[in-house]
Amino acid sequence: MDNKLPFNDVIDQRHHRRSDLSSFEYTHKAEITSIHKLTEQENLYRIQIIDPAERERFEFRPGQFLMLELPGIGDAPFSISSPPSRKGDVELCIRKVGGLTSFLSRVERGTHVGIRGPFGTSFPMEKMYGQNIMLIAGGLGLAPLRTPISYVQENRSRFNNVDIIYGTKDPLQLLFTYQYDMWRADDMRLSIIVEKPDASWQGRTGMITRVIEEIFEERDDAFFRNTYAIVCGPPIMFKFVCSMLNQKDLPMQKMFVSLERRMHCGMGKCCRCNVGSTYTCLSGPVFDYWTVMNLKEAI
Amino acid sequence: MIFRVIEKAELRSLFTMLSAANRVIGPVGVGLDRSGRQLYGFEEVHDFDRVALDYTMTSLSAKKYFLPYREIMATFTMDNKDWQKRIDYNIDAPFVFFGMHACDINALNRLDKVLMGSVYPMPYYAAKRKNAFIIGIGCEPQPNCFCRSMGTDTALHGFDMFITDIGDRYFIEIQSDTAFNFLKKIRTGEPVEADHLSFMKTGAGKNEKFAASVDTTDLTKILDMEFQSEVWKQWGDKCLGCGTCANVCPTCYCYSVEEEVSIDLTAAAKVKKLYSCNLIDFAVVAGGHNFRPERHSRLKYRYYHKHRGFVEAYEESLCVGCGRCGEACLADITVPEVIASVREGRKTDGQ
Repeated sequence: MDNKLPFNDVIDQRHHRRSDLSSFEYTHKAEITSIHKLTEQENLYRIQIIDPAERERFEFRPGQFLMLELPGIGDAPFSISSPPSRKGDVELCIRKVGGLTSFLSRVERGTHVGIRGPFGTSFPMEKMYGQNIMLIAGGLGLAPLRTPISYVQENRSRFNNVDIIYGTKDPLQLLFTYQYDMWRADDMRLSIIVEKPDASWQGRTGMITRVIEEIFEERDDAFFRNTYAIVCGPPIMFKFVCSMLNQKDLPMQKMFVSLERRMHCGMGKCCRCNVGSTYTCLSGPVFDYWTVMNLKEAI
Repeated sequence: MIFRVIEKAELRSLFTMLSAANRVIGPVGVGLDRSGRQLYGFEEVHDFDRVALDYTMTSLSAKKYFLPYREIMATFTMDNKDWQKRIDYNIDAPFVFFGMHACDINALNRLDKVLMGSVYPMPYYAAKRKNAFIIGIGCEPQPNCFCRSMGTDTALHGFDMFITDIGDRYFIEIQSDTAFNFLKKIRTGEPVEADHLSFMKTGAGKNEKFAASVDTTDLTKILDMEFQSEVWKQWGDKCLGCGTCANVCPTCYCYSVEEEVSIDLTAAAKVKKLYSCNLIDFAVVAGGHNFRPERHSRLKYRYYHKHRGFVEAYEESLCVGCGRCGEACLADITVPEVIASVREGRKTDGQ
């Protein structure tokens, strides 16, 4: 008489309706193919999934993030900064700020890293077809914004007026300066403002809200009724920017922001990124502003 | 649902049969507390006489058998610029859980929703959960128990069989074919009308014994309204931020991932460790910003997640009312008191 309990092999019990159990913790092996210094603090890493088939399958949408894994060091979430059309050949703009990123700033080209993902919600670009878009970034917020910018660039005829508004503390912190001319050439109006100019600075000076005020003066109300806004930056910045835009009757559900939280899994399990009643990794990082307004202590 | 009744002595036969071929976990006495009260824990048992079928409440929940406090998720071998990752979901042999109360079964059901039912099912948990043969057992409400308020005083699913003491015999609910087949090997009987009546009487008797309760009416809204309430500050001043509540909680599943590197730098392990949202660095992001630096904001978030966030996502509370956190709290913070004070907008114990 066999009294042994039957064994349930969970890995074979495919969750056919949703994602597959056996993909948990799966890491794409990738190679750092180039490291480009953007500022004193930020590098742009080009990271390519080594297996060509996996690279082709790595489809993501603007606003999504991935977990970058450095064996022996740890893993951390990063917004993807490269165009979705490039798939698993991604670029990440990373500031040297913690243990993992400091280590990363010292690695060499050719180092193998791991990529999990892509995870999270995205900016609904298709919904914005035929509309005006305001892409607003503060500081490092340009890193996640670079993906929707390149999406708009690649599909420029589908969008109406495109404004890129970018503010930083000082001119030395400006990211992706080599791309500004290309963006302008693609009929995207770029307005840059710095808080603390240096001697050589000739552009606008002040807070990012000043640029938005300028746009308010120039555009009529009808313009804002047909506008979507994507805002990335420190919470205090998008709080001001979004409430300004809301005064112009731009519905909160047409403004999108990206939140940043600590994450250990990226899959709604570790709880570290909880914000209000939800998780940043599953319900976000991209939220519409109405949702953010209803999340406690989101901003 | 299929019911059976067995003579009390038959339970020993069931245990013997199960333990002969499988690992069995059950409630056992593990010592006395400072006031001489018996303490219980879920431990591996080989002898039926050690199983404390009438246990009050285990100090730690059954969580460690499903969500170990420390678990290796993957290992790496590293060689200069390259590495290999080996993922192990730690799928062990099936095991028997002999004697779990309804609150703990319900706690597993809640965990199932997050860890198996959401977008990324977690194989580490699923492997253990799906391979646990769970025998539930009826209980007596303890002073800190408020499971009735949370709707978790009876378990509707999530177990294989459930035993209720109806006086001279045990009444058994059968929920899986595995349980059905095992019961065929011992002497069982079809319950008659008198057994049904005894079962109902047992349930009614239990209901009268609850001392603690939580009023959950409109609680999700009240937690939103009272988010800035001074009451949280007062509880925060009392809280030690030690994370004991999460440690004993049957439904706290949050974790932290750390990498442990071998001394020769050629291997590393990715280790998952259960964490607590009450610990100070829970929400610290790169650069040092802490989204919840104060104790009261962390304590509030714990309540907010259990009684507000989870309810919004799954239409039931993540708290199952087992009362362990109140029992274990070094600062005597209990869920019924905190919720009552938030409802009233002031701390109830006059401090």
